[in-house]
Amino acid sequence: MQHFPALVVILPLCGAALSLALTKIHIHLGRNVIFLSLAASFCMSIMQLRNVVLNGPMEYRFGGYALPYSIEFRIDAVGGVVVSMVALMGLITAFYCISGEVRTDKIKVGGAYSVVALFVAGMLGTASSADAFNMYVFLEITALAAYCLIALGGNRGMIAAFRYLLVGTIAATFYLMGVGILYAVTGTLNLQDMSVIIHQGGKDEAVLVALCLLIAGLGVKSALFPFHGWQPSAHTHEERGSAALIAGVMVKIPVFMLFRYIYFVFGMDYKYMKQVLIILGVFVGIGMMYGSIRAMGQTNMKKLLAYSSITQTSYFMLGIVIGAPVALAGSLLHFIGDAFIKGGLFYCAGAIKYKFGTININNFGMIYKKMPVTATLIVSGALSMIGIPPTVGFFSKWYIAIGAIQTGKYIFLVLLIISSLLNAVYFFKLIEKVFMENDKEMEDIRPVKKGELPWSMLIPMTICIAVIFLLGFFNVPLINIVLPLFEGVGL
Amino acid sequence: MMNIFAIELRPLYAILVPFIAAGLVYVLGEHINRNAREAITIVAAILMIIIVYSMLPHVLAGEEIKIRLFSIVRGISFSIGVDPAGMLFACVASTLWLPTSIYSIGYMRGNNEKNQTGYYAAFAVCLTATMGICFATNLVTFFMFFEILTVATYPLVTHHRDDEGKKSGRKYLAYTLISGQIFFAGMVVVYVVSGSLDFVPGGYITEKMLPEPWALLVFFMLVGAGIVKAGVMPLHSWLPAAMVAPTPVSALLHAVAVVKAGAFCTLRVVLYIFGPTLAKSCHGANILAGMAVATILISSLIAMNKDNLKERLAFSTIGQLSYIILGICILTPLSTAGALYHIVAHAFMKITLFMVAGAIYVTTHKKNISEMLGIGKRMPVTMGAFACTSFALAGFPVFAGFVSKANIIMGAISQGKIFFAATLVASALLAIVYLMPVVSISFRKNNIHPEFAEKGEAAPAMLIPLIFTALIAIILGIAPNAGLHLFDLALMAGNSIFQPLM
Repeated sequence: MQHFPALVVILPLCGAALSLALTKIHIHLGRNVIFLSLAASFCMSIMQLRNVVLNGPMEYRFGGYALPYSIEFRIDAVGGVVVSMVALMGLITAFYCISGEVRTDKIKVGGAYSVVALFVAGMLGTASSADAFNMYVFLEITALAAYCLIALGGNRGMIAAFRYLLVGTIAATFYLMGVGILYAVTGTLNLQDMSVIIHQGGKDEAVLVALCLLIAGLGVKSALFPFHGWQPSAHTHEERGSAALIAGVMVKIPVFMLFRYIYFVFGMDYKYMKQVLIILGVFVGIGMMYGSIRAMGQTNMKKLLAYSSITQTSYFMLGIVIGAPVALAGSLLHFIGDAFIKGGLFYCAGAIKYKFGTININNFGMIYKKMPVTATLIVSGALSMIGIPPTVGFFSKWYIAIGAIQTGKYIFLVLLIISSLLNAVYFFKLIEKVFMENDKEMEDIRPVKKGELPWSMLIPMTICIAVIFLLGFFNVPLINIVLPLFEGVGL
Repeated sequence: MMNIFAIELRPLYAILVPFIAAGLVYVLGEHINRNAREAITIVAAILMIIIVYSMLPHVLAGEEIKIRLFSIVRGISFSIGVDPAGMLFACVASTLWLPTSIYSIGYMRGNNEKNQTGYYAAFAVCLTATMGICFATNLVTFFMFFEILTVATYPLVTHHRDDEGKKSGRKYLAYTLISGQIFFAGMVVVYVVSGSLDFVPGGYITEKMLPEPWALLVFFMLVGAGIVKAGVMPLHSWLPAAMVAPTPVSALLHAVAVVKAGAFCTLRVVLYIFGPTLAKSCHGANILAGMAVATILISSLIAMNKDNLKERLAFSTIGQLSYIILGICILTPLSTAGALYHIVAHAFMKITLFMVAGAIYVTTHKKNISEMLGIGKRMPVTMGAFACTSFALAGFPVFAGFVSKANIIMGAISQGKIFFAATLVASALLAIVYLMPVVSISFRKNNIHPEFAEKGEAAPAMLIPLIFTALIAIILGIAPNAGLHLFDLALMAGNSIFQPLM
């Protein structure tokens, strides 16, 4: 059990390394090894979460060196929840990718799966690390895999990937510079250690520069308004199978890192934290409106969802900006829920593209008859985004709203409401297209023998539907797990 | 191990039965014979009636039925239970689902409507939500079902999937979602200041928790969702637009379930959250009563000018629902009982009128009153039912509408609010003015539309339900307590709210 934090990350990493070689033996061997490693990683992440909840945070020091010299993985309740979410999304997305295989080319099959596994391993590592530089390494592993996955989406994907590459590299540099300054000031890379030294005070201005660099770097990576420029085109043109992972999970990880820096490293008593939060609050407020308004005009479903992602990223940041423990917990609930909502909606876009070769929402007439499961997922995802109970979206808003009132930041409650209603505008537009538009008689480019889609696509989509509702009905256990941790750090 | 027939679990069953029916209809609908599909609805409706009625003796005996299922958000449980007010509404909704279902079969088949599977499924989900609204014992549970009702009604409003339907659907969503989200914000405020969202007869918020201007703001944030659904002016315009839906939808949802859910929401907020004392001292009740009075008068005047029968009935609904709102806002036990009883009385009357409108449309394809010259000759029973319920709606003694109105008026007079009493009397006269022309046109002897010379009633599947509801409207007027003791329930609810104040 004590090795689980490392194994969760290392298994998919090994899978990624082996996949190409094993594909030489049999076209599906590499793929199956990756499935196995992801499944094992998911099971372990759940057991690890259970252990964390029962016995407190788990610490894993590579090589057994003493702190602060060793590289450390630290899983607390929040990290455990996030790691489990990433592992589950990684597993079902890898499964979903089966439908996108190029069956003629062994190298392509093995290579694509190893990139997916690498991607998941990178995100798991980022979420587990307790070391500023180690986080950077895993963040870059994630980003490199993401460049590949976006570039796999065809010609326009390549352009989008190049754009993201340029922006992403600059962002990573910002992050690294921030870490560099922190290292120069504190002399450590271990986050807990760093936190202790920062709390001793002194050099507040240098630390402030570092914090700004971190916000800029991680803001770009997570497509936080106003750093979102790369995101819509990347999300629109990325490879169909892994889109859910990129849009649903990848952009969340930097937000999670930012959250850790703000609350666990710098802390609320840091001299300039109030001002920083006010500026972030302005970004969040505008971002929530901007994403929704831009999404209204889109006819490409993926682009619509990409703009909607900007809004959702702002929701997580909203919890951070409000700062009340309840709001942070609500933010985390939204963080987990949205991975499945947004991931699920991208599954839908992928499924429609797979079957009819188009994702222009004006062609979606009668989709609900042709693809009932897809339509169900679209509706549940859309309702959850708007925040209609009993989907998870309602409950996360509930906690965030309570936090906003407790801390007297009523403006965010108003913004939350307006933004939900703006979400309703374009998501009901989507629902209207799916259910009420005239049949465009699109040609089924892949006549499946039976049913609407292959099983490999239906199962991940069904899991998403289930999670959207189950996480809504049974949100209290999750909140109870994470709230004690937040109560120590929140306002 | 809890007995599965335990009384505490029965409200849960009442909520689940239509939900399971909806699931079955939706999944199986396209694969089974349409008779089987409709049989599912009918069986579910009968089951629901049995479950709801079986709780009635316990409620009348004053037992407290409440169960906390699990924690829905931190600090608040998903809890359902039965109190007299909820029981009353549940009795009405469940009783009317059966005739409406039978009527739906006749109407949908007679009209060759498309997408009937989705129609029956959405209808059943609406009933689930309505039962949930009746039996919810705290505001979060209530809001969950309230929003489900909002969403589930949308496919019914847009049933025809044409431009008009889409437009009405958008309008409907704009009104209900905006008010719903504001309700959500108000609910969060109430939770933060009071730490509880359980319904308590007589309310639990004090002036200390919400000082003067804020109390009024939060009052309207919460009541707003209710009065939008109840169609109080100036927030009513979605209701006439939603009349593009098939007539059974207008009959059960836009005369009973959805709009009364709005009135019920107002009742819960005003009397179970705020309580009469605060509602009065923050002036919320007075302002709301003023809006209700204006609505009653203006809607009656508009109704006179509408030639389309369904639209005329829609405006009549708007006016009648404001009676309930007014009854609640007068804040006396009698007027509250009258308001609750008006939920019953108006439900049976208005559903009959809508069913008649639908029967006329399916049988003769006439929508406008001016084209119905002498239709009474062709459909004497149908139009007879229409005439009876028109008198009832206007509040003639011996009919159901009289009982509720008399109680509201007595409550108003006991508070010295003669103006409200006068409004109610005036509006009764206005109701005669806008409904009697329909009756007189249809029974005209000298100038009969040639189509109506031959006798030809609507199909039995439509005729029987509307006779049934019309009869109940009359029976409830002669003996308000007949059968289900609904008037006792209304009185119990009224007394329980004002007991702590006496």
